[in-house]
Parts: sequence; C-alpha cells; structure tokens
Amino acid sequence: MNKSVLFGALTIAGLAAGAAAAGTLDDVKARGKLNCGVTTGLAGFAAPNANGEWEGFDVAVCRAVAAAVLGDKNAVEFVPTTGKTRFTALASGEIDFLARNTTWTFSRDTDLKFDFVGINYYDGQGFMVPKALGVSSAKDLDGATVCIQTGTTTELNLADFFRSNNISYEPVPIETNAEGQQQYLAGACDTYTTDASGLASTRATFENPGDHVLLPEIISKEPLGPLVRHGDNEWGDITRWVLNALIAAEELGITSANIEEMASNTNNPEVARILGTEGTLGEMIGLDAEWAKRAIMAEGNYGEIFARNIGEETPIGLARGLNAQWTDGGLLYTPPFR
Amino acid sequence: MSDTHSESTTVSYVRTETIPQQAAPANAAGPAKWIKDNLFATWANSLLTVAAIYVIYLVLASTLPWIFGGVWSTGSLRECREVLDGATGACFSVLTERWNQLLFGFKYPTDQYWRPTVAFLLMFVAMAPVLFFDLPRKLLIVTGLFPFVAFWLIWGGTIWTPLFALLSVIVGYIVYSKLVARSFAAGFFGGIAAALVFFWLSGFIVPSLTPDEPFLEAVPSRDLGGYMLNMMLGVTCVSLSLPIGIALALGRQSSMPLIKWVSVIFIEFIRGVPLITLLFVANVMLAYFFPPGSGVDLFLRVVIMITMFSSAYIAEVIRGGLAALPKGQYEAADSLGLDYSQAMRLIILPQALKISIPGIVNIAVGLFKDTTLVSVISMFDLIGMIRGPILASTDWAGVYWELFGFAALIFFVVCYGISQYSQWLERRLATDHR
Repeated sequence: MNKSVLFGALTIAGLAAGAAAAGTLDDVKARGKLNCGVTTGLAGFAAPNANGEWEGFDVAVCRAVAAAVLGDKNAVEFVPTTGKTRFTALASGEIDFLARNTTWTFSRDTDLKFDFVGINYYDGQGFMVPKALGVSSAKDLDGATVCIQTGTTTELNLADFFRSNNISYEPVPIETNAEGQQQYLAGACDTYTTDASGLASTRATFENPGDHVLLPEIISKEPLGPLVRHGDNEWGDITRWVLNALIAAEELGITSANIEEMASNTNNPEVARILGTEGTLGEMIGLDAEWAKRAIMAEGNYGEIFARNIGEETPIGLARGLNAQWTDGGLLYTPPFR
Repeated sequence: MSDTHSESTTVSYVRTETIPQQAAPANAAGPAKWIKDNLFATWANSLLTVAAIYVIYLVLASTLPWIFGGVWSTGSLRECREVLDGATGACFSVLTERWNQLLFGFKYPTDQYWRPTVAFLLMFVAMAPVLFFDLPRKLLIVTGLFPFVAFWLIWGGTIWTPLFALLSVIVGYIVYSKLVARSFAAGFFGGIAAALVFFWLSGFIVPSLTPDEPFLEAVPSRDLGGYMLNMMLGVTCVSLSLPIGIALALGRQSSMPLIKWVSVIFIEFIRGVPLITLLFVANVMLAYFFPPGSGVDLFLRVVIMITMFSSAYIAEVIRGGLAALPKGQYEAADSLGLDYSQAMRLIILPQALKISIPGIVNIAVGLFKDTTLVSVISMFDLIGMIRGPILASTDWAGVYWELFGFAALIFFVVCYGISQYSQWLERRLATDHR
C-alpha cells in the first residue's frame, strides 16, 4: 500500500512538473544559476583542472550564456553527463542547456525534440595510422583492422566508406576512447578512427606523436553544437544569439582586450548594435543592452576561445580548418545583427 | 632405578651420559629440506618450479624498474616523459598532483578536507564496538551518534538538521518502548511513524533556525566525489541493507500472505534486474517524476537503489542460514513459550546469522566494489574521477597504469581487510567442536 501511495505521489509530482514548466529564462534568473550539461571529461572541450574549475571549449559557451543572462560567468552549475544520460538530463529539465560536443542530426533535432542553437565546431571522422605503416590515403586501407567505438555514428560511417570504395576491413570493437588509444598503441589494430578532433587530441597524448599520422580523408560530417529543449523558443533565441555573438565578435575584431574601447568609440554600426550602444537588440530577446558585451568578455570571442582551449598553441593542437571565419575560407558565418 | 644406573657405570663400554642432541643433517631439515620437499620433490615439480621462477622473474623484471624508476614531482605527462627521457619509469606524479581529487573529488572545498577525514577516523571508533563485541558496550553510544555527526561533518550546513534527525530517532524509540509491550509490530511501525512525523514537523522549524553563515560551510551532494564517495556509499548501503535484508528474509518465511508476497516479489524483482539498470533509473528516470529543481538528492537516490539491491541479496543469504537450522531449534523456542520476536532474537537469528557470515561478507565486498558503477551515471567516484576529469585533462591524458593501479591498491586494502575480519569473526564464533 505504501508503494502505491508513493507512485501516486510521484505521478502527481510529474504532472505538476509538466504544468509548471514556464519560461526557462525566468527559471534560470530565479535560480541565479545556469544548469549547463557538459561531458564528464574530454580533453580541450570540457574537463575540470587541478583546482576543480571546469574549463574547455564547450565550457566557455556555457560561461558566455551565463554571463549574458545572469551577468556572472561563474554562475554556472556544470552538470556532467555521459553519452547515455545527456539527452534525458536535458529533456527532464535537469539542465537548461547542453554543450557537450553533440552531433546535430535529423533525428536528434526532430524525434528527440531538441533544438540545436548553432554549430560551434565542425568536425568529421578521420583515420590515424602509424607512420611505419606507410599509408598515405584511407583508400589504401584495404584489409586493415580498424579500432572503432561501437554503437556510434562513426561505426556506420566507417561501413559506408569502405563499402562505397569497394574495399574490406576488419573491425576491432572498443568501448571508450581511452580503450581505443590503448588498443591502437598495443598494435591490436592498424588504424584508429573517430572524430578528427578526438584523433588529434589523442595523438597529442602519445609518447611519440610524430610516429603517427592523420590521413587526409574526412569521411563524415559531424557538426557539433549546443542544444536546448523544444518548446521554449525565447530561450532558444537567447542561446543561439549568444553563440552568434561570439562568432560575430571574431569577425568584427571585438576581443576581450579591446571590447571597452570598441564599445565607447566605434564607427561600425553592427559593432555598436552588438555591444548595445545602439539599437535595442537586447530588449528584443528579453535581456538588457549589454548582454553580448558580457558574453564576449566572459571568455573572449570565438577565436580566443578556440585558441586558448584547442588551438595550435595548446597540446590538443587543432588547426582552424573548417572552423575558420567564412572570410578566411571556413564555415563560420553568422546572420547579421540587425 | 638409580641403583642399577650407578652400578652400570662400572662397565666401560656403556655410555655414562646421554649424547647431546645433534642438529639434523643439512638435507633433512631447515630450508634445504623444505625446498627439496616442496619445490623439487619429483622431476615434474622441479620443472614447474623452474618455470614458475622464470615467470615471476619476467613479471618483476618489467614492473620493478617501472615502479622504482617512477617520477613523483612533475606537473604533467609531457614533463614526466622529458624527465624520464626514454628510460622505463612510472609517472606517479599524477598521484602527487591529483591525490586530493582522487580521494575527495574535484569540487569538495580544499580547505575543508579535514571534515571527511575526521568523519573517516570517527568511523573506525563507531564501527569498533559493532565489529569487536569484546569492547565495552558504552562505545555503542558513539556508534549511535556517528551517522548524525558524519552527516554534519561531510555535508556541513546547519547543525539543526542532523540534530532534529537524532531527536526524531529518540522520539521513535520512546514510542516504540511504550508500544512494544502491547505487540512488537505495533511498537516497530509506531516507532518508525512517530520518528518520520517528528522529522517532517521539524522541517518547518529548521529554516528559521539556520544561521546565514553556518559553522561548517554547506557542501552539496554534487560536490562529493573520489574515494570518499565510494566509502560513503559502501558503508551506508552495507549498514542499511543488513537490517533490511534480515527483515526481508524473515518476511519471506512469514505465514502472513501479504508480508510474504511483498517480500518475495521485492526480492525476486530486484534480483532479476541488473544494478546498472537501477542506477540509470535513479539518475535519469526519477528526474521525470519530480518537478525540476526540487528532485530528491542524487546521492540519496543512489543510496536507495544500491541498498535495495544488496538487501535483496543479503535476504537470500540469510534465508539460506535460516533454512540450515534444524527444525528442532524452532520447536525448542516455541516450547519455551517465547513469542515470535523473542524466538527470533534469542534463538534463531544468532545461529542463522552465524551460518550466513561468509555469504554476507561476500555480498558486502561485492557491493563495495559495485559502488564504482556510479561512474556511469556521471558521479565522480574514484573510477569516475580517473576516467573523466583526470584522463581528460590536457596534462594527464594518457596515464593509465599508475591511476588504475592506485585505485586497485586502495580497493584491495579495504576488501582484504573485510575478508580478514570475517575470518576472524568465524573463528571467534566457532562454538561447535569440529
């Protein structure tokens, strides 16, 4: 009998929760903290440092949103999620915003009822081989043993790639990236395949990174971006335009260093609109005029965030590649702030 | 006798004194004999011995230089490899740099580490009278207070919450002792109900008593981590699941259909579901039922799930102990005129539990190691810390053996300790004359 009472209470609570889900923005403001879902740890993208502070490429996006909405880049409660728990955490309202290098796919956007607010990293699946193997193209990998994470889109992409090129391979199934590294180094497979950013950061941890090369072929599109729940478009707009502001800031040359100067004397009307000295953009999304200024000041513009966390100066050592501004031949292109 | 002896001294060819005791021949005593008997008794044994020595040599030759050549004081894996410069050696500096994260998680306030440490030391004092019943019984007062003190130390915040929890237990006990004379069940359930009602009522007073700056800074459950989390889950769940397991085992044998079937269904359901499924339910499914933000604490949810899981197993072990008792014991208790609770408490359970010790310890050790499963629901226990933050940091990505070896070592120490204690307990309780 006690159990039925308990479950009854739970059901009522669940219904009440559904009814009470009002604007996420109001919830976040009332709470004073942004609940942001991140990974449990991925080098360069999100990981706590020796002092226990979260840092990384995805973490910076969370901090920018918190700075824009709450005015404090540290007003973030980072909720670590695994690949399995990330979507339920977002759907159940445990987190307001998921920035966990998640690939934007059709079914995740529609069937799982999420809204991807943009793309903060264009990734693609690549191959890593030991230099000693003497392979210069993925098409030379006929008959190779391939370490591949099971249950991921990379597994399907791999099968497609080999089938369309009419060559064969032998899969060595692995569970995690860490296991993949060990298997690959132990020689259990000729090549290791996963997202190119993951391969680069994995290679950076090797004792002799120079003995391994990344093959030039990128066999899939993996647009990674932050996402929010369906059904609260105001909140989706805010997060989308915070991300756009970071990208636009780089394009327009606004950095965390010169932002005060830019705000006080700029001739560029778009810069003035972003930084809130002109127009009413902030008001339109329910925030104050300086929302984007705070977002950019939090961790810098997109380029600064990239350089500090995963850029070529860091151990991860990723080149901008597709993630350069459109003016530099990349894919980053924000709609105008008008 | 002495006369004959003294007479015989006159005979020259008879020894007059005993030969002093001689050491055994070198090949019939000491290490030489032991080696001959145990290692080289037959040619097959000799062959196996030589092969075993070679294997041991291979293992040690590769691990000892690695351990003794270890580097303890660098800031990252790259620096460590530079220091080693190609030589064999472990990068133990990951342990010296991140020991606090491995033990306490990465968010527990650094200046508050003394609190879980004190709670950990108090735990030994609290467990001593339970584990070693020769100690003075007054120490049990410490045991009774320990959960409340440990809660206050680890989570901090206002002292009134644990204080009122303690008071409600006392209220429950008073109600129990008033009602138990009438019937055990009335006392038992009445006591629990009274404690819960009192604690619920105290929830209205506590916020007004809470100071803005509590003496101990409050630490939310999310900030707990590292080995501390494994220890807390292990100790809490084992100590909770033992009484629940006993109750379930007795319930399963009960002649009252309702109690019997509730117990049977609970045990069979829990045993039929993997622990990892229950943990996923605790983490993600329950979040759907509670309104956002007001969900029950994740630590509590996990404790409930693990406790349910292990109590079902312990119930089956104890049922085995109950079944092993001869029927005469039950009948003897009845013939003495003892009621159910007296018969169980004085005659049946002491014997049944003694039989069940190895099984219970087996479950306890398994449960303690199973606490590392919480790392899959993104709680940062010891394994979660290693797999997540530390291996994902740009400084330490790529260090495996050192970290997992460390984890294995401290788990081994605790599990071996539990196992040794249970063997001591079995010897101590051996009343039969086998």
